[in-house]
Amino acid sequence: MILPRLLSTSRVFSLYHQGWNGSNSARFGRLPEPPVPSCTNLTPHQKRYASTLVLVEHKNSIIAASSLNAIGAAAKVGGPVSALVAGSNADAVAKQLAGVVGLDKVLVVNSAAYDHGLPEVFAPLIKASVENGSFSHVLAAASPFGKNIIPRAAALLDVSPVSDVIEVKSEDTFVRPIYAGNAIATVKSEDKVKLLTVRSTSFAPAVLTGGAATAEAGATAATESGTEWVSEEVVKSDRPELGGAKVVVAGGRALKSGENFEILYNLADKLGGAVGASRAAVDAGFVGNDLQIGQTGKIIAPQLYIAVGISGAIQHLAGMKDSKVIVSINKDPEAPIFQVSDYGLVADLFKAVPELAEKLNK
Amino acid sequence: MKILVPVKRVVDYAVKIRVANGKVDTASVKHSMNPFDEIAVEQAIRLKEAKKATEILAVSIGSTKAQETLRTALAMGADKALHIDTGDSETLPLQVAKLLKAIVDKEKPDLVILGKQAIDDDANQTGQMLAGLLGWPQATFASKVELAADNKKVNVVREIDGGLETVSCAIPAIITADLRLNEPRYATLPNIMKAKKKPLEKLTPKDLGVDYVGKLTTLLVEEPPKRAGGVKVESVDELISKLKEKGLI
Repeated sequence: MILPRLLSTSRVFSLYHQGWNGSNSARFGRLPEPPVPSCTNLTPHQKRYASTLVLVEHKNSIIAASSLNAIGAAAKVGGPVSALVAGSNADAVAKQLAGVVGLDKVLVVNSAAYDHGLPEVFAPLIKASVENGSFSHVLAAASPFGKNIIPRAAALLDVSPVSDVIEVKSEDTFVRPIYAGNAIATVKSEDKVKLLTVRSTSFAPAVLTGGAATAEAGATAATESGTEWVSEEVVKSDRPELGGAKVVVAGGRALKSGENFEILYNLADKLGGAVGASRAAVDAGFVGNDLQIGQTGKIIAPQLYIAVGISGAIQHLAGMKDSKVIVSINKDPEAPIFQVSDYGLVADLFKAVPELAEKLNK
Repeated sequence: MKILVPVKRVVDYAVKIRVANGKVDTASVKHSMNPFDEIAVEQAIRLKEAKKATEILAVSIGSTKAQETLRTALAMGADKALHIDTGDSETLPLQVAKLLKAIVDKEKPDLVILGKQAIDDDANQTGQMLAGLLGWPQATFASKVELAADNKKVNVVREIDGGLETVSCAIPAIITADLRLNEPRYATLPNIMKAKKKPLEKLTPKDLGVDYVGKLTTLLVEEPPKRAGGVKVESVDELISKLKEKGLI
């Protein structure tokens, strides 16, 4: 860890007394925290010290799994990590967040204005939170929620955000895929505040219990918005969520119809997995767009990915090529999907998939 | 109602890009309009065809070659085009958003329709940033756009995690198009010819009074790690035994 150069002497001293370096801590006991310097009187040295805010997405008092990955990514930045939770049930979510390992603080904003993730209200809240808490980094998962809000907040702060980060090299250097994952760029940000969205599959999730974060009231910001939330249609499913599933079975155009996806659901259920689809299958109306895997759909990295009747276009590979083991079933032996598959089976999917499901029973 | 549609010239989506000397080789590969921008242009044209919009201005920021992309937009049905020449240097979404804000201030459109992301930098930022800079409402990842009868509001269905969401934005507003919004039309030959006569204005960032320099630099571009070659199995039984060996099932 980088230390004395970035901290004032008194701060180092007090950290030492808190047992920060692990020696003799019991003898000294715990000294009170030094006052947090406000944004206006920071010395350049203090300004460089990382302090990260993670924007937490939640629904029905459940924390989005991807937000836990974002907290995991925040730990890689170094420095204390705070979480920001806003909404009418923020208190209930904050209670759970208090137990998350790696979190120091939970900033709670109780207001129904934040219930539907509207960027018009979240962006000013992030700006106010950054200025109030002098955060050097703001992270959110690269979910539709995070992607919608973070760039707007960055514009308000006049900084360039970094999207879909897959690795944190240092406080200011990040790695992200470009060109549908066919190239990997390392970028350096010299902006005063770094706003990042992080790819969930690239960071281990933070553990939900065992931590001891303190909750406090977050910053306030104007909540008027030119956008009104009207309604939503969310597909209900008992199967594991596509983004977090260990096994994913995905179908393409070759399935021929939505009804035929039943054989994939059957196989997925045997494996305790989720079902996904290629763009072709979504465009053809076989399944809903929320199942699309690829550059413009979901990016997944399960333990086992089974591609059924998917040719393997660049845009699809962008969403699944970090899967641990890829299996493909396709009757065209020349299909590009075989080039990235660990195990390929050249066969008619309508025979092979039911057979596979059947034999998994035994 | 006037609609502004920003379009970007990118490496064609079907091209398998090559990484050489720490950057992506874009010199001799086919370029075309970013696919999401085609959808944005199409949406603007449909609003005009439905007599909701009166004028469509397409704008592109980049080298002089971006003018080809603007001609494509004009051939599809845009009325006028504007090229902001930034030379060969790559522009960051924040730079683009600031230039677009200057254009919005000048041209006063009621709607700006962008693609949700460019398939080269995959940033997915420009629309949101422009909305932030202007203080306008934003409706990202749109799969359906409907203008209210009085043209004061736009109702947008958005693609979100797990399904769809409907929001209503006060106009002026920013919309970013998702794949499902529509199927873009092809430019017909007569329309391509006509497009050559449509007005194409050229400006520089200086003309717009924007001299922002980004603080984000690309240090390195590498090839992604290659996957080790796999094997083809002969039967479902062999597949099952391989997966069992790996402890996957």
